[in-house]
Amino acid sequence: MSLLSGTNLSYRIGDLSILEGIDIEVKPGELVGLIGPNGAGKSTLLRLLTCVEQAHSGEILYEGRDVNELSAEERARRIGYLVQGAKAYWPITVEKIIGLGRIPYQKWWRDASAEDDEKVLQAMKITETLAYRNRIVTTLSGGEQTLVMLARIFATDPQLIFADEPVAALDPYHQLHVMEILRDHARDSRGAVVVLHDLSLAARFCDRLYLINHGELHCAGTPTEIMTAENIAEVYGVKTRITGDAEGVSVIPVSRLGDHHP
Amino acid sequence: MKFKAIPTVPLLAGLGICLAVVFYCALLVGPVDISIVEASMNWIQKESSIGSLILFDIRLPRALLALFIGATLGLAGAALQGLFRNPLAEPGIIGVSNGAALGAVLVFYFGYANIAWFALPFGGLAGALVSVVIIFMLIGNSRSNVTLILAGVAINAIGGALIALSLNFAPNPYAIQEIVFWLLGSVSNRSINELMIALPFMLVGWGIILYCGRFLNALTLGEETASSMGFDVKRLRWTLVIGVAASVGAAVSVAGNIGFIGLVVPHLIRPFVGHEPRRLLLASTLGGAILLVTADIAVQLLSSGGELKLGVFTSLVGGPFFLFLILKTRNTLL
Repeated sequence: MSLLSGTNLSYRIGDLSILEGIDIEVKPGELVGLIGPNGAGKSTLLRLLTCVEQAHSGEILYEGRDVNELSAEERARRIGYLVQGAKAYWPITVEKIIGLGRIPYQKWWRDASAEDDEKVLQAMKITETLAYRNRIVTTLSGGEQTLVMLARIFATDPQLIFADEPVAALDPYHQLHVMEILRDHARDSRGAVVVLHDLSLAARFCDRLYLINHGELHCAGTPTEIMTAENIAEVYGVKTRITGDAEGVSVIPVSRLGDHHP
Repeated sequence: MKFKAIPTVPLLAGLGICLAVVFYCALLVGPVDISIVEASMNWIQKESSIGSLILFDIRLPRALLALFIGATLGLAGAALQGLFRNPLAEPGIIGVSNGAALGAVLVFYFGYANIAWFALPFGGLAGALVSVVIIFMLIGNSRSNVTLILAGVAINAIGGALIALSLNFAPNPYAIQEIVFWLLGSVSNRSINELMIALPFMLVGWGIILYCGRFLNALTLGEETASSMGFDVKRLRWTLVIGVAASVGAAVSVAGNIGFIGLVVPHLIRPFVGHEPRRLLLASTLGGAILLVTADIAVQLLSSGGELKLGVFTSLVGGPFFLFLILKTRNTLL
């Protein structure tokens, strides 16, 4: 049974169609990548799958059950969502920020339990954020902040993680670190869906890719099936050099193609 | 200026002790020296004396009003700053306080204030209620905080204009004086009955706001993240607005507009709770109560002849103090 499946998902803002008839599936143990040009509808698709927005049509099943049948609390425990450019609005310590991931397990009158503290500690170990647990989150570098935001999700201990451009604006070291953490999470009964602009990272880390263009699914499959010069040229409007080695496929954009505008 | 966060229990206990001390001092302040113990004994034994009359009919209602109104303003300020994720938010921002003030002004204008003692608080509460209904109608299904703030700006503008209109066409100079003095904000010359009308609304409002504490913590990471954490952002925003409207509307309806408490108190307390919005709520409640009771003591000590209004004093001291605070903390602000 798939961990999560979305069938015929559509979303509109007024008369403007943002997504149309998208089918998507995440199997247990899979890291799924969503790729496509800016404005293709990738972030909207994540918002639908995490129930932050309601699809205008279509069905989302979580382990075979309609996702709307799950209580908000249950959903929050099972699904972690890292929004694009996640940041904290108050100068709170790293540990407190990560502790927010335990909210779905806490009653409104109760503070953190011993189990909550344990999960927060575990999340800090996974994301290697333990060293700055007492630092104020707003004083950290962009890379460190992303890891803290990711740690907040690990503190919830969800089955499925959705991450919207988690490696944007990160240096190569932190890009690889974040992708490795997500890769490690997506094992056994767990899974992850990640929106990426770096096609080489997508090809190297993801088990399957969904290439989205103009709110519609262009194609879906394994990285080697999707990362063809024709697909990239058609969707992104760029000529690419695609090379393969033992580590996987690398996609290097070379030049723009004429007046093609994605 | 760097402060270290203090654990919840010692912080609340410390603030509670401070409040008890200033509250006791408030009962001692007045033109006549009375013995609290003697006056209380007289009251318990149902013997009438000047002391017990002063204590239970004048000073206790005044101190209790200052306590509950200060607490309400501190809590509502902390809640709105958390909701808008902006340290400049204050209870007046959603327009309810001006709505309540307009309701009370209309009671003065039509001369009902002297007919029944409860006309004024009820007028204020009605004004607050009308403001909330207007906010509901203006915002509808909008998800944006900006719409809520703009609705507040509009209601504040309309309320201010109608208050000015009432002053403009006031039936007599005495009515103008009554309205102006009331608008300046004060807790003097109020009876326990007025407190009893406002108190249930304040307490319900407090309960609603405190219930939203976890939501305010989740909002630290933005609305989308809070939504993914299982919170119905639109519904909870409304819940908070209703909580603030009930408590602040009730406070304004008995005391007029008292500025700066709701803005300054969360600022003062925030470093001590590690900037955590939920922990800020109770601490700001106590902090607001301490500050307003203290301010009311100062007002009584400073007044000679004409009474210095509490609202005037809090703005007079609050404004420069706020400037000082900004100067001291500007490098640490986001």
